Amino acid sequence: MDANMPLFQMQGVAKSYGGVRALEEAHLRVETGRIHAVLGENGAGKSTLIKIMSGVVQADAGQMMLDGAKIVFPSPKAANAAGIACIFQELSLIPDLSVADNIAIANPPRRFGLIDRKAQRRFAEEALARAGAEDIHPLAQVKDLPLSRRQMVEIAKALARHPRILILDEATSALTAGDVAKVFAVLKRLRDEGLALLYISHRMQEIDELADDCSVFRNGRHVASYQAGTKSRNDVVEMMIGREYSHVFPPKPEAAKTGAPALEVAGLNWTHRLNNISFAARPGEIVGLGGLDGQGQRELLLALFGVLRGVSGDIAVNGVVRHARGPRSAKAVPSAMALIPEGRKTEGLMLPMSVRDNLTLPALDSLARFGIIDRDREQTAVDMMVKLLAIKAANLDIPVGALSGGNQQKVVIAKWLMIAPRIILLNDPTRGIDVGTKQEIYQLLRKLADDGATILFYSTDYDELIGCCDRVLVMYDGAIVRELKGADITEHALVSSAFSIGSGCMDQTGERQVG
Amino acid sequence: MGDFRYWLAENKGTLLAVAVFVIMFGIYAGNHSAGFSGMVVTTAANKGVLLALVAMAQTLVVLTAGIDLSVGMVFVLANCLASQLVVGDALETTFGVVVVLLAGVLCGALNGIIVIYGRLQPIVTTLATGAMFYGIALWLRPIPGGDVNSDLADALTEQLPGGIPTSLVVLLGIVLVVWVPLRRSEIGRAIYAIGSSEPAAYMSGVNIDRARLTAYVVSGLLSACGGLMLTFITYSGEASATIGGSYTLNSIAAVVIGGVSLFGGAGSAIGAIFGAFVLRTIGDLLFVFDFDPLWQPLFQGVILLGAVTLGSLRLLNVKNRLDLFG
Repeated sequence: MDANMPLFQMQGVAKSYGGVRALEEAHLRVETGRIHAVLGENGAGKSTLIKIMSGVVQADAGQMMLDGAKIVFPSPKAANAAGIACIFQELSLIPDLSVADNIAIANPPRRFGLIDRKAQRRFAEEALARAGAEDIHPLAQVKDLPLSRRQMVEIAKALARHPRILILDEATSALTAGDVAKVFAVLKRLRDEGLALLYISHRMQEIDELADDCSVFRNGRHVASYQAGTKSRNDVVEMMIGREYSHVFPPKPEAAKTGAPALEVAGLNWTHRLNNISFAARPGEIVGLGGLDGQGQRELLLALFGVLRGVSGDIAVNGVVRHARGPRSAKAVPSAMALIPEGRKTEGLMLPMSVRDNLTLPALDSLARFGIIDRDREQTAVDMMVKLLAIKAANLDIPVGALSGGNQQKVVIAKWLMIAPRIILLNDPTRGIDVGTKQEIYQLLRKLADDGATILFYSTDYDELIGCCDRVLVMYDGAIVRELKGADITEHALVSSAFSIGSGCMDQTGERQVG
Repeated sequence: MGDFRYWLAENKGTLLAVAVFVIMFGIYAGNHSAGFSGMVVTTAANKGVLLALVAMAQTLVVLTAGIDLSVGMVFVLANCLASQLVVGDALETTFGVVVVLLAGVLCGALNGIIVIYGRLQPIVTTLATGAMFYGIALWLRPIPGGDVNSDLADALTEQLPGGIPTSLVVLLGIVLVVWVPLRRSEIGRAIYAIGSSEPAAYMSGVNIDRARLTAYVVSGLLSACGGLMLTFITYSGEASATIGGSYTLNSIAAVVIGGVSLFGGAGSAIGAIFGAFVLRTIGDLLFVFDFDPLWQPLFQGVILLGAVTLGSLRLLNVKNRLDLFG
């Protein structure tokens, strides 16, 4: 046997979806005791690659070898049995079951043929400890946990299978900074224990910190594999996007905006999640919301949009106090507010409905005459948006779910631009989308601001806050703890103010119950 | 004591149904002219157990986020079959019981196979198969009649020494033999998983088809148990579309009152049993308070609506309107 034989190898693998080539001639070598990063824009074929590796879809051509023997995975179960566990970007947890039930789902400990709950609980506690998430109660129902804790459960669940190859697909995108540090420590320990890890992330810092080997994919093809640290960041980015990596962020205006604020918030409170929030934002400004994930940023946006009940304090639009009673009143003309929600597949889009129907939904009342939709006006409006955002769809009548992630996100933004909003709230709009689309979104935001819109932009990516925002409000535990302006918005300032209060265990949300 | 809190959160629907039943039955027994006598309890128990069995059958399918419109017809089919076969000596009677239960299993399996491999929606599938089952029942027993082994019937529908209704013991036995092991088995876990999030269950390597088939098969079996009990109580069989339809609809109501989520993945057959008892007690309550029987459907509807509203009171406390759609 060849001593250099890798644990897992993929050769000439190809896959098409309905005539569209997602992957062709893909090669990959995964070795034990190494963290292998897979890089590429969305649509580069990374997702297809790992779906094939984990048995979710089957390759059209090529072969996979494990321990030098040819293998095929007809189902996720088969891949699991062979020791490949995958932590997907779309969570695979079952909301109505408890954390312990979820962790042990594939093969629960049994006694006399029935599930042994005590053993299962010990098993779950062990797995949670292995993932560094001891703070999560094994009996809590998954649906009551916040996103970041669910992601930790997902990691624990994968580890509980004692895999030989662990695949992480954007597994840290929903995590708080504290969790990311924990997960990284765990991943490094697993590597030292001899696991092979395949790591997919859009965050370059994470790859710099973790990876031993890197493979770059572009347009479904394998571009290059190299040892980590042998290429500069700029080289890597160029390999991925195949173009100069410059001017990602549009220039910011020189002078700070003056004039009457379009949005003024005074003493806003909601349960224990929002504490006495006051700020003002002027037309033309992009105001960022920073801080660790889950510090009330999402709730603040939802409160402004009228989604939360029992909000106290004043929200004034153009100097007039107005409390939206829901998205329908928030989007109405005097406030003309739009919220680009976090979950594009749940709150953002009706996936089975066509691109066209999704686009015009918020603006239907202005496109209809006596309740009947005016097809011509709808077409004009849709054409304008498709052009403005350069939405790439084969046809506007295909289901929006068939578009790539980046294009789906563009549709979410476009449908809200249809109502010509004056105040635009964005909830982490670039999560999980490719560099090219991100860049287009940054340009668009600046253009909208220049045209007089007021933008409130929450992002978990510090680079975005630095590159895009005129001011950043850093939140901690439901309150604004610091405001950064202009040149003061640096990564150092953002991180230090996000952590400045009560470091250590700031996230006990695993214990929190909703309802 | 953190564990208790999580247990409570998981079982609050079931506990609420139990509480509502205890209150209603207390009022009923307290006001019955015959007092809290053995006969009162036995009559009530027999009626309750029939619906409870069908409601348990419904629960299994509802847990997978489906709905079974054929439970009432399987119930009627089993009744007609039993009125032909569950007669004669001990051996013949045993054979008859086995055939009736097997028929229920086959009905459930047919539903399951069509839903799983035909990829048809459960509501349409069971609407069609339910009509088929009713057709077979009608063919077996065009006019009401038949007979049943009366020794067995009496043994299962009267009282144990001490006044405990035997039918309740039968129900308890079925819960212990069918529901409890299923709830704690891997397949049972998978049934909940499918209803809660089928894609996540699939991605977790759960055997989805096996679990769904089991849900339908056990559903058929439980409906047949109900049909068998009906025969023991009435000593005859009747292919009645009215009975079939009303049991189907009441089973759905019982499941909802019992705290089982129609979206699937949450709830328990125990809750559904008490949901069935609550529904049955509504009728009896009207009887003891001397309401004109003509008013019964109206009151039943109002009280059902009230009971269901109780289950959704938590929505008033929802602070994030997005959670209303969860």
